[in-house]
Amino acid sequence: MNRETTALKTFLDEAGQLTRFVFRFFREWYRPRYEFREFFRQCFIIGYRSLPLVGLTGFIMGLVLTMQLRPSLVEYGVESQLPAMVGIAIIREIGPVITALIFAGKIGSSIGAELGSMKVSEQIDAMEVSGTNPFKYLVVSRVLATTFMLPILVLMGDAISLYGSYLGVNIRSVTSFSLYWTQIFDNLTFSDVIPSFLKTFFFGFAVGLIGCFKGYYSNKGTEGVGRSANSAVVVSSVLIFIIDLLAVQITDIMGYN
Amino acid sequence: MTAVSIIPVLASIPELPDSTVLSIEHLYKSFGDNHVLQDFNLKLHKGENVVVLGKSGSGKSVLIKCIIGLLSVDRGDIEVLGYKVPELDHEKIDQLRVRVGFLFQSNALYDSMTVRENLEFPLRRHWIQVKAREVEEMVMSALEDVGLSHTVDMMPSELSGGMRKRIALARTLILKPEIILYDEPTTGLDPITGKEIIDLMVEIQKKYATSSLIISHDMNCVKIENARIVVLIEGKCYAEGRYEELKNHPEYRVKQFFE
Ligand SMILES: Nc1ncnc2c1ncn2[C@@H]1O[C@H](COP(=O)(O)OP(=O)(O)OP(=O)(O)O)[C@@H](O)[C@H]1O
Ligand SMILES: [Mg+2]
Repeated sequence: MNRETTALKTFLDEAGQLTRFVFRFFREWYRPRYEFREFFRQCFIIGYRSLPLVGLTGFIMGLVLTMQLRPSLVEYGVESQLPAMVGIAIIREIGPVITALIFAGKIGSSIGAELGSMKVSEQIDAMEVSGTNPFKYLVVSRVLATTFMLPILVLMGDAISLYGSYLGVNIRSVTSFSLYWTQIFDNLTFSDVIPSFLKTFFFGFAVGLIGCFKGYYSNKGTEGVGRSANSAVVVSSVLIFIIDLLAVQITDIMGYN
Repeated sequence: MTAVSIIPVLASIPELPDSTVLSIEHLYKSFGDNHVLQDFNLKLHKGENVVVLGKSGSGKSVLIKCIIGLLSVDRGDIEVLGYKVPELDHEKIDQLRVRVGFLFQSNALYDSMTVRENLEFPLRRHWIQVKAREVEEMVMSALEDVGLSHTVDMMPSELSGGMRKRIALARTLILKPEIILYDEPTTGLDPITGKEIIDLMVEIQKKYATSSLIISHDMNCVKIENARIVVLIEGKCYAEGRYEELKNHPEYRVKQFFE
């Protein structure tokens, strides 16, 4: 076999394995025994670890975006539309996607590395002989935790981002806080908020699932752990964009754009 | 660590048919074209020590993972304490795993948990009805057995290799297993620490009258009193006997383990 066919075979093998992994998740997540403790612990760890980073990047994005947009709006004489424009950009696209990418970098990689090192040091086998289903204990709890936590982080990130943007607006002009918020919310519609909020559940699911998958099937050796962490970030980041693309197509077809 | 053997050692009892606690018959296991185990047979009697010798990659870990049901077998029978392992459902296999301890080659201590949480894990997860106070007692007594009571609140990363092996052994002991499967208990340790681990294993075996299956290529394991030695070559049980018998085996591939 030449190199291309080997690469194609590896890719298809992995795609098949991932598909089985997804099916296994949907077969197992709703059945007892429920790992509530581990789920809440993961939610806490995930939120606690990524909130500072999400807040910081969100704040900077809001501020920078506002400052970058202002000259164009001034040129067209619609400077007063600045909060509305920024609000829509952040809530529809930038908030969810930037937060999800940061989340993939921070949480996806740490899940990949954690499960990978548990795999190579036989901790996953040890759980299994200790009367624990490691798939439920490790995978289901983490995937559910990322699925629920990312939307919450996106909401927080959006709020911080909009606050950054408020400061950005006030660099060159003076707007009161309440006026700024009124301007933003008056311009937001159902189709701005709900679809972009719903897609974040899928982003979170993708990050958790890919991180767990890469870790759970980590190759032997410590090198394999690094590779799991790395490819968890790469694959889930690409998936985030693909889901984003699908989401915009779907809302378009449904007439919510 | 002043364990007095209350229960007599049963190792020297002659082979009685009903004293078999573990029997493997015609076991086959392959990964693709890699035929790891081919027609492997083994019996372990109550109170006995069996040492399985084999080169790296000969399938020793695969063998004991099949015994505990972590790997499925292709063909063959494995019977442990009356359970036919390949046919067990989840519930049954969990019942069996309470009675069979497994010491992993890489210890498999949970990095994110303290020593105490590591030891509590099998107790809590096996749905065993124990009160909080009893859990604490069981943890401390298992740690005393391995002589490491003072490490109870440490993290595994703060321990040395030999200490980690002992903690892993304590975690195996906490459920008072009838059979303990050791996967290369001395690999990665210096010879002196390795010897200490083996002494500890012998002591524990006397104290709790367990039967042990020890996978190894360490001469110190082979010299365990009354150990029966099985040499695993090409996926088969190639030779079997006591140390003295195998030391002078005509076949070089067997003899080389003892040089
Ligand atoms: N999950 C697996 N998938 C595919 N092949 C495997 C798997 N586990 C083990 N093998 C193969 O089985 C063979 C035996 O492996 P095993 O781990 O049992 O060796 P070992 O005798 O325990 O060696 P060591 O002394 O180095 O631990 C090796 O060739 C290995 O590549
Ligand atoms: Mg091995």
